[in-house]
Amino acid sequence: MTAYAFIGAVEQGLLYGIMVLGVYLTFRVLDFPDLTVDGSLPLGAAVSAVAISNGIDPFLAIVAAMAAGFLAGCVTALLNTKLKILHLLASILTMIALYSINIRIMDGPNVSLLGVVTVLDPIMAWGLPGYLAAPLLFALCAAAATVLMVWFLHTELGLAVLATGDNARMITAQGVNTHRIIILGVGLSNALVAASGALVAQNQGAADVNMGVGTIIAGLASVIVGETLLGHGGITRGCIAAILGSVIYRVAIAAALSFKLGTFAFTPSDLNLITALLVIAALTIPMVKARWSGR
Amino acid sequence: MIRLARLTKRFHRGGVNEVMALDGIDLHIRPGDFVSIIGSNGAGKSTLLNCLAGTYAIDAGSIRLGGRDVTAWPEYRRAKLIGRVFQDPLVGTCAALSIEQNMALAIRRGRSRTLAWGVKKPDRGLFRTQLEILGLGLEDRLKSRVGLLSGGQRQALTMIMATLIEPEVLLLDEHTAALDPKTAAQILDLTHRIIETRGLTTLMVTHNMAQALSFGNRLIMLHRGRVILDVAGEEKAGLKVDDLLARFYSSQGEAFSSDRALLG
Repeated sequence: MTAYAFIGAVEQGLLYGIMVLGVYLTFRVLDFPDLTVDGSLPLGAAVSAVAISNGIDPFLAIVAAMAAGFLAGCVTALLNTKLKILHLLASILTMIALYSINIRIMDGPNVSLLGVVTVLDPIMAWGLPGYLAAPLLFALCAAAATVLMVWFLHTELGLAVLATGDNARMITAQGVNTHRIIILGVGLSNALVAASGALVAQNQGAADVNMGVGTIIAGLASVIVGETLLGHGGITRGCIAAILGSVIYRVAIAAALSFKLGTFAFTPSDLNLITALLVIAALTIPMVKARWSGR
Repeated sequence: MIRLARLTKRFHRGGVNEVMALDGIDLHIRPGDFVSIIGSNGAGKSTLLNCLAGTYAIDAGSIRLGGRDVTAWPEYRRAKLIGRVFQDPLVGTCAALSIEQNMALAIRRGRSRTLAWGVKKPDRGLFRTQLEILGLGLEDRLKSRVGLLSGGQRQALTMIMATLIEPEVLLLDEHTAALDPKTAAQILDLTHRIIETRGLTTLMVTHNMAQALSFGNRLIMLHRGRVILDVAGEEKAGLKVDDLLARFYSSQGEAFSSDRALLG
């Protein structure tokens, strides 16, 4: 793997790391497996791309994308809490619906962002080369998202979110409406995912309706990779592990793609299979380990 | 303090397995009453507490707490007025959070939760003094995860958390049943001390008749969703386990000699 490919992978890891934080919030903190992300990532991309094309500031475009993502998350959470639809199914329904909505927003399957001002331009204006400017900006974004998430989970409201995922009966007895907390948590998660999608679109110069396929699996893989490396610690460690896991996951994928054995080489289309195997392995290894040590 | 009128709750309504869990309960509990509730399995003791707390929706009747009609209030809203300790020691606390985080959650019971920092420095002193009452050394372990504590320690913490914000009503649902005898005795002693010193209005469900007799100023026996015995004050103080059993079996029209040893 070349240095250029490595920096590219780190950059991707930081970009998608913001999405992974969102997945961590639903999957680990709220215990709410949320597949909405496959739709809210391109939603964020679509909203920010259309906004920028209409002359809106690229940073404001990210805020708009986050608002859209928050609403998408709220829909999933409302389907689950108020209409009693199983969380997985509720999120799949929102995800499917978002496919149509995203095409409506973009008035087509994709929007190009070539030649318009993106969040990268102010950094480039400092004279930094593109290949360094992007990782630097996205590292700042990922760090900011992590700090905000860690702070939020230590507030009164954040503790209620943690408790809702851990022990709903307890937190109800402490006077918390768990439905409201789930709506807030899944909304925030998808706001982060949409922000990630908006940044990805601005970075790669296009938003595409299919760019969200496999987001949840990549997110889960990153969360699990991070936990394997940093262990199941507190909230702060968990959030850092999410970003770190995302970076390592993208580097590992880049390494796998540059792997060659004789005439055999992986193609980008093998990515889904590799990721699926990685997640299965990471999910089952603790079980197998426990069985072995239990003898 | 608590007024229940014609409180009715059925399970599996309309089906062949329909059970009348609460059959038109009328009950008035005065401020400061410490009521022990006994009865056989399926008598409706836990159902009564769960209906009061709002965990179960009732089929008919009304519930008033402290002068307010709370019949239509959801569980989380009634939690403003109610402190609860459950039978399962794992239910009352949050295993993934630390002791101080759990207490920080409890100190906001019935108040709004904002983006203010969760565990506030001034509150820590209060947490410590409250935990010192337990004599378990938990005051020096504020940052320990609650999942690392034993069942008894968790139940003791739940007890403190339920009364951290003074509840108008304290509901104890067989809160010592899942503990070993020694720990159960400690928790009971703690319960007694907290309720006595603060004069809390309390409903305590128990399976243990001796416990029901030695605690509280009032005793209620439920059977098939009805109140079959309600004694207070002097009359209650004079009661013995045998009297309770006699009352229990006479209400059922069954002989009790064979079960005496078992239940006594």
